[in-house]
Amino acid sequence: MLGKTAGGLYWMFRYLERSENISRLIDAGFRIALTRSKSANDEWASVIRTAGVRESYEQKYDSYTATSVIDFLLRDSDNPSSVMSVVDSARLNARLVRTALTREVWESTNECWMTLKQLLARPVSERELPRVLDTVRQQSALVRGALHGTMLRTDIYNFARLGTFLERADNTARILDVKYYVLLPSVSFVGSSLDNIQWETILRSVSGQRAYRWLYPAKVDPVTIADFLMLDARMPRSFAFCYTHIAANLDYLEKDYGISRPCHEQADEILDNLKETTIDQIFEDGLHEFIGEFISRNISIGNQIENDYQFYGNAV
Amino acid sequence: MFDEMRLSDAPDSGCRDPYQEYAQWFGSEDPSRLRKKASEAEAFFRRTGITFNVYGAEEAAERLIPFDLVPRIISAREWSKLEKGIIQRVQAINAFLYDIYHRQEIIRAGRIPLELVENNEAFLPEMIGVDPPGKIYTHIVGTDLVRTGEDDFFVLEDNARTPSGVSYMLENRETMLHMFPELFSQIKVREVSSYPRNLRRSLGESAPASCSGDPVVAVLTPGIYNSAYFEHSFLADQMGAELVEGHDLRVVDGRIAMRTTQGYSPIDVLYRRVDDEYLDPLTFNPVSQLGVPGIMDVYRAGNITIANAPGTGIADDKAIYSYLPEIVEFYTGESAILKNVETWRCSEPDQLAYVLENLQDLVVKEVHGSGGYGMLIGPTSSKKEIETFRAKLKDKPGNYIAQPTLALSTVPIFTRKGLAPRHVDLRPFALTSPQQTVVAPGGLTRVALKKGSLVVNSSQGGGTKDTWVLEE
Repeated sequence: MLGKTAGGLYWMFRYLERSENISRLIDAGFRIALTRSKSANDEWASVIRTAGVRESYEQKYDSYTATSVIDFLLRDSDNPSSVMSVVDSARLNARLVRTALTREVWESTNECWMTLKQLLARPVSERELPRVLDTVRQQSALVRGALHGTMLRTDIYNFARLGTFLERADNTARILDVKYYVLLPSVSFVGSSLDNIQWETILRSVSGQRAYRWLYPAKVDPVTIADFLMLDARMPRSFAFCYTHIAANLDYLEKDYGISRPCHEQADEILDNLKETTIDQIFEDGLHEFIGEFISRNISIGNQIENDYQFYGNAV
Repeated sequence: MFDEMRLSDAPDSGCRDPYQEYAQWFGSEDPSRLRKKASEAEAFFRRTGITFNVYGAEEAAERLIPFDLVPRIISAREWSKLEKGIIQRVQAINAFLYDIYHRQEIIRAGRIPLELVENNEAFLPEMIGVDPPGKIYTHIVGTDLVRTGEDDFFVLEDNARTPSGVSYMLENRETMLHMFPELFSQIKVREVSSYPRNLRRSLGESAPASCSGDPVVAVLTPGIYNSAYFEHSFLADQMGAELVEGHDLRVVDGRIAMRTTQGYSPIDVLYRRVDDEYLDPLTFNPVSQLGVPGIMDVYRAGNITIANAPGTGIADDKAIYSYLPEIVEFYTGESAILKNVETWRCSEPDQLAYVLENLQDLVVKEVHGSGGYGMLIGPTSSKKEIETFRAKLKDKPGNYIAQPTLALSTVPIFTRKGLAPRHVDLRPFALTSPQQTVVAPGGLTRVALKKGSLVVNSSQGGGTKDTWVLEE
């Protein structure tokens, strides 16, 4: 496979994953704004920070209002991480690697783009917002479904999955990075409504509120939530889950190509670390430091993969 | 005006033979069902992403070429003559190219003037004395044909550089099969779907002699923003070839190799959809980012096949065109089966005088132009337009040729008010390898959707139709 093709697949699925994650962030922010109008603006500010677009947002707006944040995150072409921008990028990459995709995967990507292009042609009103956010996630799910249902399990598939899981791990880590303080025991008033809402927002940002309740019906506490989002390999958006898959995808490539590269070692190290550590240990050593370290290792393995498989210079 | 379906303009007019069965089917169809089918077809094209990019158009940068659901039908007898004519012409062009880059016998014999070749921008001195693998220059040719009467087909242009449009031939057929399967069980139409397989075979047969084993073929595209990118990816996909851009390739150990996830891997045949000028920054345009530095050295050493060969443009140049009948005769010893359109070369004073005198009746084209740009269609132009053009023509007469305005044949399209005749042309595709030349039974029929218009180019409001060649 061409290095460029591997890179195109990887980025295509990173961008698709990002479109979903951004829509979840908006959803969680919207929810909290509806229930707690007083500090809604702070909440929107933290959504912008989590999305990693604070600088470009502040260049454009002086304050954090629901209207401007939602518009910026959903459809602003000045924001390279807006839903519309990333879906555009995903489709461009899909065109680039069209020969590596099944017709179903290409068509669902193209349809995702066409649907959102139309849906996001004008500013989205509050009334329409839930439907629009649902559509974003559904469209991305359709592409994923086509990928699972129609693609051969070759290097092509594995590069696509690597993009998905690296992006997802990054996203979960960023949510925790911005909100880590609400999980710290020192400032928490167990059971206060304020904390409950904050915790729920975190879970909602990763569509994990129901899953969490299912596993822990009677136990809403920050340590368990942190454990759930970082170390619980059953939770499909946790660090541990993502790295179990990243390591497996890289294993496949190692066997298929018959050569081990630096990224393999890095992935194994990160996964081993997630398996061996405990949540108590993490809190003891510093939650924020742990998350920060994870984010930078995640970025570094991404660069290593690009390098090891010769993507060089081709991401659109 | 010759309509390919109807015998005359009368509303109750009968049909010509090739259209009999189709007309019967059409007559029994409910127009509202057909209208629904037409919009289904558009949705289908959009979803599959069969679009072309429009340069300089910010909005709607990707457009669909409108598809008309009435097929253009050619009888077996008509086709057999066209096929022979195309094969003859393509083989003559290939022989001409070999000659013109080697001994130039045709010039020595005084059949075409030396200046016409030597002063021609499309002539590449870098190709002199170069032997392309298997002596093949024109692996893929799309011959533009027009029709003016029952037996009157003319060649309008020989696209011997990087002809495009074959993906529409294939996708239009897929669409028709999808929309009207019942038609194809009633009417025996020759299939075109083996084109990609034939293309792969033909390119493989043209691999360098040094190539052992199954030749590795790659398609070179200028990238996703190119107007024909869809076609490039489509053909690569259908052939099972890699789709590469210039920056994926480099010279490794005297061969062209592509950067893969496991290092550089050599290729044998490059089906390039990049113009000569951009092919090698070391030999041609030094600022080109689209090509591969050093590919011409590898080519000269015989270690890569470039399809089509660099320098084929000299054969489809509009100034050379007028000599094609002589060229066919010179190399095949037969007279040309397909006719040329009468052509006045404005470089010659007496012919220029005639053209200037008759501008209002003629079509004047730039020698190096394409896509319907930079031309004058006398009969539909205003006095002012004609005068502006006259000045340009006088200024650089050598840049132009003129042809009579042909009464292009029409084929009906499906409109809200039923069938309506529109002008068409036809581009069949011929594949040449050292072993053989084959023509896909069909081609791209372009249709001017505007009533009375003669411009069929997709960039100027043209559409396409499925082209049927009937079985014997």
